[in-house]
Amino acid sequence: MEPKTLFDKIWDSHVVHSIQGGPDVLYIDRHFIHEVTSPQAFDGLRRRKIHVMRPGNTVATADHNIPTVNQHLPIKDELSRNQINRLEENCREFGIDYFGINHPKNGIVHVIGPEQGYTLPGMTIVCGDSHTATHGAFGNVSFGIGTSEVEMVLASQCIIQPKPAKMRITVNGELQKGVTAKDLILYVISKISSGGATGYFVEYAGTAIKSLSMEGRMTVCNMSIEMGARGGLIAPDMTTFEYLSEVVSPKMKADFNSFVKIWSALKSDEGAVFDKEMVFDAADIKPMITYGTNPGMGIPIDEKIPSAGSGKEATAFLKSLDYMGFSPDIKILGHPVDYVFVGSCTNGRIEDLRAFAGLVKGRKKAAGITALVVPGSKKVEQQAIREGIADVLKESGFELRQPGCSSCLAMNEDKIPAGKYAVSTSNRNFEGRQGPGARTLLASPLTAAAAAVTGVITDPRDLLNN
Amino acid sequence: MLKEKFEILETTCVPLPLENVDTDQIIPARFLSATTREGFGKNLFRDWRYDKSGKEIDSFVLNDPAYSGKILVAGKNFGSGSSREHAVWALTGYGFRAVVSSFFADIFRNNSLNAGLLPVIVPEDFLKKLFGVITEDPATIVRIDLPQQIILIPSTGDSVSFDINPYKKECFIKGLDDVDYLLKMKDRIRAYELRNTLRK
Repeated sequence: MEPKTLFDKIWDSHVVHSIQGGPDVLYIDRHFIHEVTSPQAFDGLRRRKIHVMRPGNTVATADHNIPTVNQHLPIKDELSRNQINRLEENCREFGIDYFGINHPKNGIVHVIGPEQGYTLPGMTIVCGDSHTATHGAFGNVSFGIGTSEVEMVLASQCIIQPKPAKMRITVNGELQKGVTAKDLILYVISKISSGGATGYFVEYAGTAIKSLSMEGRMTVCNMSIEMGARGGLIAPDMTTFEYLSEVVSPKMKADFNSFVKIWSALKSDEGAVFDKEMVFDAADIKPMITYGTNPGMGIPIDEKIPSAGSGKEATAFLKSLDYMGFSPDIKILGHPVDYVFVGSCTNGRIEDLRAFAGLVKGRKKAAGITALVVPGSKKVEQQAIREGIADVLKESGFELRQPGCSSCLAMNEDKIPAGKYAVSTSNRNFEGRQGPGARTLLASPLTAAAAAVTGVITDPRDLLNN
Repeated sequence: MLKEKFEILETTCVPLPLENVDTDQIIPARFLSATTREGFGKNLFRDWRYDKSGKEIDSFVLNDPAYSGKILVAGKNFGSGSSREHAVWALTGYGFRAVVSSFFADIFRNNSLNAGLLPVIVPEDFLKKLFGVITEDPATIVRIDLPQQIILIPSTGDSVSFDINPYKKECFIKGLDDVDYLLKMKDRIRAYELRNTLRK
């Protein structure tokens, strides 16, 4: 038999029908929904007078619109409140499990899926959200879809989807101290560019990837879309199984070894062919930070912003730097920072809060810094409180907020004002992403912590060991 | 449910020669709280189109009276970032029926194909020529012939063919709908589920 990639194995086993010369009808095992991209899909079902085909395969949470303080009070913004209410009503009408504000399972859709045991190896997983690739860290085919496709899944548990090409990104070696999974993926995107993996589904491999925790792997897969990839996955291994053994349903726990046996076969065969291969050395990676308005515009924190070059690309490059208030060939180390945001589906998990708290412990929040430290879920919030992270934050002048997408996108109350600089652990530095005119610098939780206690862009390695 | 049919489109174009235009620019997140598909057109490219006080920014192409039409011509990697289909609804709500670029982000392309906005992928040199011709004469008519899969600039005679899979082509030409297609496949979907009970 011809050797197959892990992606092919999962995709091919989910094809219900291949349309001649066209896309596949792909069966979806797990569907996540949230308030922003689902209401029009439910309206479609009502217009067609049909039910949700498999309500048990869809799970709903409220995350994008919600405030991250005083969640016991009604949402102030009427449109946001209405959108959340609509989700709740739609879930009730169509029989879908819904984790609303204050529910113990509430949180950002890509944080709760894995931590509640909904995300498993070998599955096909979709959500009306481009960061759905996060779930691929568990060895499944997961990707973001639009609202028309949300309606398809609700109606038929399938979507019509062209099969992407395959790329393998191998990162070997050991990450240096102070260099995290976030730096790894920002480095890879800076090499591939923000559109360089368009049309591909990525498998991440290599010793540096395998040595990451599940949280780190989720951070890597989460940002696959930021280089244009349809999704990203990592073959499951002992790290995956150990994580899952804690979170799967009691029924699955009782028979866990048989599942591990099935999941262990989920890997690319020796000699499987990828349409594109890229190999990187972990030792080359330093703490990364972005200076521009797409995630491909990243540099090692101690290096200069590149020169402008020439032609049409130079125009876009200079427009981007102009928005950021930067110029070519300057260092950004030492540049003043106004806001620090720790959270999001990229870096809102317990390990990220531990990293941030570990660095700010014994130090104080710098004058002039406004910090938003936002857990990715209720579960992360509770664990952070139990572990004493909330106390460490408080002693250093920070506050642990309540879970939600928060300042990753300017849809709720947590906005960055125009012209202000924010070091963010989120995934996008697009113009206006964190608020009209806001200037976003993407970085790791350690780099965010270093900026939070010094008030300027700081190499986190200078603060570790001190 | 039938959709608007698309066969031949002949219209002037609006040029946006910027690369990597992400969906946050097409429709900023703060306008995503609506629960219908309508009304997004007025906030299309909101922060490039209007200043903070809501006044039109003259230099932005949508505010330039010289340009109008049903085709948006955009730089490469158009529609990157967020999966929001609202970006497509904003473009169609404004009046566009097709977007021409050398390269589209995957999710945006799928969303366009699903929501009645034809994404037309052309080679970089044709795109460059198109920008040149439209900028020189904003009244230039461009013809997109979907059955023939050809885009033509009648005034210069330049044309190029474009790809679209036969399934989606038929959906556009006949105004067919994906959910209707899938609902007709329900028996096969159930049969698939039976074969794969382990997954349940």
